[in-house]
Amino acid sequence: MKTITNALSLVCVGLLASTTVLAADVAPNDVKFDGLSVNESLTGAAGDPDSGRKIFSNRKQGNCLACHANSDMNDQLFHGEVGPSLDGVAGRWQEPQLRTILVNAKAVFTEQTVMPGFYTLEVGADVREDLIGKTILSAQQVEDLVAYLMTLK
Amino acid sequence: MKKHVQQLGVAIGVIGLSFASTSIVAEPVDDKLIIDDEIEMISRAKAPEGHPLPEVISGWHYRTPETRAIETDTFQNPGMLGVEQGEEIWNTVEGSEGKSCASCHDDAATSMKGVGAAYPKWDEDSSKPINIEGRINKCRVENMGAEAYKFDKGGQKPLTAYIKHQSLGMPVELDLSQGEMQSWWDQGKETYYKRTGQLNLSCASCHEQNNGKYIRADHLSQGNVNGFPTYRLKQNKLISLHNRFRGCIRDTRAEFPAAFSDTLMGLEVYTTWRGTGLSVETPAVRQ
Ligand code: HEC
Ligand code: HEC
Repeated sequence: MKTITNALSLVCVGLLASTTVLAADVAPNDVKFDGLSVNESLTGAAGDPDSGRKIFSNRKQGNCLACHANSDMNDQLFHGEVGPSLDGVAGRWQEPQLRTILVNAKAVFTEQTVMPGFYTLEVGADVREDLIGKTILSAQQVEDLVAYLMTLK
Repeated sequence: MKKHVQQLGVAIGVIGLSFASTSIVAEPVDDKLIIDDEIEMISRAKAPEGHPLPEVISGWHYRTPETRAIETDTFQNPGMLGVEQGEEIWNTVEGSEGKSCASCHDDAATSMKGVGAAYPKWDEDSSKPINIEGRINKCRVENMGAEAYKFDKGGQKPLTAYIKHQSLGMPVELDLSQGEMQSWWDQGKETYYKRTGQLNLSCASCHEQNNGKYIRADHLSQGNVNGFPTYRLKQNKLISLHNRFRGCIRDTRAEFPAAFSDTLMGLEVYTTWRGTGLSVETPAVRQ
């Protein structure tokens, strides 16, 4: 279980550990890729778009806004320009593909992409010691983000 | 004066914001860096052979008008306080030999002119490249009978800034034919392109592929090193180069190498070369 939770949200880990939710999660190394798609929910359930919206801008979680502009968040300061604007992204990709992009962007955009993989253990060298074997986001957080991105029509 | 600068720092944040939220792709500005209406700096130069970018551009061009203005005026530049402190240290006797830097080198304005533009250099004794900080420590230990400065401690930052400042405006040019400088350049290049940390990013991910773009509130520059030690308005102090290296590596959520380790010395050689032709700006002013 430790491997699939995020060190940055230790408090959450403690809370979730006592539930059975995480037992159903697909572990990072067991995620099934079908071409560009990851068809099944990583948690076995649909994500929560409202929670996903928060994870998107939270600097300690997705921090997606660091690289992507998103008009739905015009109330937030500082939208990055490193990746494309995510306005209308649900019209360009289907849910299983958005899940793949989030799990491991390299599976869709090649090794060259600068977008981090948020639910993969294929990471860079010299990972900070306390983060070894951990993913940036939890399965639940990825599903929440997928649900949120699907609202960006 | 310090207070004044802090307030400016706040104003700058607001301006950065309006750029970012209107999503204007803010390329490096077309402007001229002239210090005290006198010293014309080379802040854009044709890249040296083998460089991946066509032009090397100083980080100054990527900053807000307010930050840029502070660097053009040595009276306003708060980094100059560090330089003045460095001058005092230069003239202060320390150690068992009863010497100061000036006892051997006299007036830094002549003896140190050009030094900051040509370091790191090859050091035969250690068979490694040596930077200004290392050279200062070598003099302290071998010639003054004083203790080596620890990283970022004692007079290390101000004295380095003072020595580099003697080359203000002179173009950076390394001699890679000395000793084994070339193999340290090779090793530094490897570090530059190595993707590290949980975020899996290399120096090139940000400073080569994406310079000119915003990453959240930060306008990414080419990551050139010609202005170090640099005065950072956010931190209100001089920041050394190896501190900056460690910060950027830490931001990828990786373990970061020790200051002056072989890894970071290679990176200093390589990144200094990447800024070949740019004027020494020490002490540069950054956000
Ligand atoms: C360090 C930069 C960076 C971060 C952080 C980042 N991305 Fe990306 N993202 C990119 C880049 C760059 C691309 C474009 C693909 C490419 O060129 O490699 C991209 C592409 C995408 C796409 C496809 C967009 C399209 O229109 O085709 C989606 C969806 C996406 N990212 C979602 C996210 C989400 C959600 C997060 C946060 C959990 C995130 N990204 C964090 C850099 C980033
Ligand atoms: C996640 C993005 C990112 C990565 C990766 C990164 N940097 Fe930076 N770096 C920044 C930001 C943001 C700044 C501040 C804005 C600027 O000057 O570009 C910065 C600033 C710098 C500066 C100061 C430039 C100046 O003009 O004062 C140097 C030097 C630098 N980086 C070197 C490096 C090196 C070397 C590496 C790799 C070991 C690296 N960076 C990796 C984001 C990054």
